[in-house]
Amino acid sequence: MNEQRRTPKIMRKTLVVLCLLFASAAIASAQSNVLLNAAGATFPAPIYSKWFDVYHTAHPNVQVNYQAIGSGGGKAQLTAGTVDFGASDMPMTDDELAKLKTKALHFPTVLGAVVPTYNIPGVSSDLNFSQKALAGIYLGTITKWNDPEIAKANPGVKLPADDIVVVHRSDGSGTSFIWTDFLSKVSPDWKSKVGAGTSPNWPVGLGGKGNDGVMGLVKQTPDSIGYVELIYAMSQKIPYGSVQNAAGKYLKADLAGVSAAAQGAAKDMPADFRVSITDAPGAGSYPISSFTWLLIPTHFDDATKGKAVKDFLAWMLTDGQGYNEALAYAKLPPAVVAKEKKELSEIR
Amino acid sequence: MSTATTPVEHAAPPESGPRALFHRLRHGDEVAHLVTLTFAALILLITTLLVFELWMGSVPTRGKFGFTFFWSKVWDPIGGDFGAIPFIYGTLVTSLLALLIAVPLGLAAAVFLAELAPRKMSDMIAFLIDLLAAIPSVIYGLLGIFVVVPLMRTVIGPALKHTLGFLPLFQGPNYGVGFLTASLVLVIMVVPFIISVSREVLLTVPREQREAALGLGATRWEATWKVVVPWARTGIMGSVFLALARALGETMAVTMVIGNDPKIRESLFAPGYTIAAVIANEFNEATSDLHRSALIELGLVLFLITFILNGLARLLMAATERGGGHS
Amino acid sequence: MGRVKLIWRKSLNVVMLTLTGVAAFGVVAVLFMILGYFIWNGGTSLNLDFFTKLPRPEGEIGGGVANAIVGSLKLLFLAAIIGLPVGLMAGVYLAEFGGKTFSFVIRYTTDLLNGVPSIVIGMFAYSLVVLPVKHYSALAGGAALGLMVVPITVRATEEFLRAIPNTLREGAMALGASKWKTIATVIVPAASGGIITGMLLALARVAGETAPLIFTALGNQYWSPGWGQPISALPLIVYNYAISPYDDWHRQAWAAGLVLLSMVLLANILCRLVISRKGVRSV
Repeated sequence: MNEQRRTPKIMRKTLVVLCLLFASAAIASAQSNVLLNAAGATFPAPIYSKWFDVYHTAHPNVQVNYQAIGSGGGKAQLTAGTVDFGASDMPMTDDELAKLKTKALHFPTVLGAVVPTYNIPGVSSDLNFSQKALAGIYLGTITKWNDPEIAKANPGVKLPADDIVVVHRSDGSGTSFIWTDFLSKVSPDWKSKVGAGTSPNWPVGLGGKGNDGVMGLVKQTPDSIGYVELIYAMSQKIPYGSVQNAAGKYLKADLAGVSAAAQGAAKDMPADFRVSITDAPGAGSYPISSFTWLLIPTHFDDATKGKAVKDFLAWMLTDGQGYNEALAYAKLPPAVVAKEKKELSEIR
Repeated sequence: MSTATTPVEHAAPPESGPRALFHRLRHGDEVAHLVTLTFAALILLITTLLVFELWMGSVPTRGKFGFTFFWSKVWDPIGGDFGAIPFIYGTLVTSLLALLIAVPLGLAAAVFLAELAPRKMSDMIAFLIDLLAAIPSVIYGLLGIFVVVPLMRTVIGPALKHTLGFLPLFQGPNYGVGFLTASLVLVIMVVPFIISVSREVLLTVPREQREAALGLGATRWEATWKVVVPWARTGIMGSVFLALARALGETMAVTMVIGNDPKIRESLFAPGYTIAAVIANEFNEATSDLHRSALIELGLVLFLITFILNGLARLLMAATERGGGHS
Repeated sequence: MGRVKLIWRKSLNVVMLTLTGVAAFGVVAVLFMILGYFIWNGGTSLNLDFFTKLPRPEGEIGGGVANAIVGSLKLLFLAAIIGLPVGLMAGVYLAEFGGKTFSFVIRYTTDLLNGVPSIVIGMFAYSLVVLPVKHYSALAGGAALGLMVVPITVRATEEFLRAIPNTLREGAMALGASKWKTIATVIVPAASGGIITGMLLALARVAGETAPLIFTALGNQYWSPGWGQPISALPLIVYNYAISPYDDWHRQAWAAGLVLLSMVLLANILCRLVISRKGVRSV
């Protein structure tokens, strides 16, 4: 009977340790900060996480917790009201905006490029991809790497007769929207069969979660091709190809090409900043470029949050832009920045 | 005479009269009964609420698609067209394939532990196998990505293609991720359950059965395979159902290695999708009510399947405990 | 003829003994391989930085998972205070007070809850705790985990209470104690060793759960103050870092996985040893 009554010593010690750990965990929490929760696109996640980190160091009482769950997630959670603001590479449609309880504004933050990145054993050179080639690969009509459509754009490169492993996004993605928006513009086949959106009905391919998931899959899977934001391919030192633009030239994504693509939009930017710059005209325009937006509610119940957001945006439009180019995002055109500064006053 | 719950009058302390104390103590018992009953009822309430939420949350898709949801292959969030077949297919294929491998393996190990191994060794090994069952799913997922996937791509896949490549099951490109990889990861996750439950069931088979067989001249293996195992048949089936239920609901390990493609394919090397995986990937970002409702309906389907399986398993286990494998 | 058959039967016996033994030892070997992999890949990353620093911005090297470790502890704490009392009380009810049909219903429902896939629990916690207050929070994550803790605790409590011989109950009542007093001061303490180990096993089980946290705790790069903010946790770190392309994050995923694995295995080894010494059937 005594055996059953006595809790073994080691159990009691464990319990004490656990209680102490719990107690200290409960206490160990910073206090009296402005905490902002945001969620959304993985396309700009590297620059956003850099910005929020730098801003926090400069303003220790402001903390922005950004969770990169995809543009679809950003829009959904903003609509559900579970985050303070969202981020998306696909502007919200009129229907989506209508569902919001508090009106929200689009604030372009950076310009970025989506690149076709690939992992072909034995091929280390940069490949050229024609519009037809990319559409065909993602439609599943072009299945081998040495297909004539790919080969003719790359004379002198020995392409293997291997099956192409197509990689796309498994989550609702603004990057997917940019990619399919481009494909819809250059391929009537794609437009009728699939269309543009954050969660298209992909004819073929594996799904990766987030830009990082796609990059991870491409990195680990031989003979694969995926689409990611430029910085993901660059930082992983994985080759990415040049894409045929509207003028027929093959351009590799870079800051100049992206800024050139945005020129037209900079001049005629609509008041709500919702614009697509894929397949932009001009010999020097990189065809798969895009703005990406922060979705900011016009009214914050908590006034300190509203002020913190406004201050951050003001910083983002000026000092923040200085960090873009190091991470391969292009700066916003000055005309756009000026318009956004005016829009700031609409946040209360 | 007092009833079982009332205390004997002599034992009451002298402060208040025996009557008052009698009341107070009686009251205490009723309070205790009520309090514990409330907590027990709370479980009932929460579970009912869960089912209710699943039911109500899936109203939009149930209204729009009705039963066609269960034989539509399309999953198109942009077009607003949803169907459950690719996910039910993926869930069933990966789980059943996993069981196909795990049941013989698990049963063999259980037989060894219950019948053929010395008791101390058996206890030690069973203890270690129980630990395997406690390992979190995401750990298996991590191992899946960095160990099983490359293995599949470089060793297992080519080996299978070389030997069984004439079957449509093993044709097509080998990505490394896919149905087969997910099934293999599931095997190691459900084997411990089969082993520990089967072993327990085998241990409850009465000694006389074994001894009778051995007395008639059977070898140890024959006694085991021809007498003991059939006796424990229903219990072993119960363990299989439990393992199946576990495999069907597995989320993290599967979503990390299945390839996330909602299509039905013949090849086991192809990427697929399961109900749990699609919910994990898409729930946070379902912008349209229809999309979210479709995911909730998938969750309801999964819930119902595991509910039925667990129920069957319980019945089988109870049957074993009561009467052994008669019939 | 008979001799040949005998030799065949005897060799089959040996072959089967070997094969089944291989199966059993093979499965056990997997456990050690898993442990080995994690120690090999994650062991070297277990430095001071890892345990004390916060994560760096995406793509940068270094940083640690301090907030995830604290986050996991906070979530477990919440799961404990939400789920353990319910489990304990319900277990007491089933073992000591229950009427026949209602007990059957409760036991069946508890089993049902135990079998619900964790992703469905996550969806439920999202609609119950996150949506109404419009906040991902540690509380929501703790509630989801707490819900999962209940069935295991109920079963352990009931089993260990039932194992206490009735003589103890009768003896106490013969001395004049009322039923509730008997339970509270005699029976439960007698079963406490088993009950507490059952509770610890329940907590060890939910410590590794990821799926319910995706929709409730969400994740956090910083410290999560109080209980109403999104919070990071070790399983979330393992998941998010594992599917990323960053080698440094992979390294940290292995290390975080090692920490998680060690916690879970240690808790299980401890608890199961205690239970087996008591000679009661394990949970």
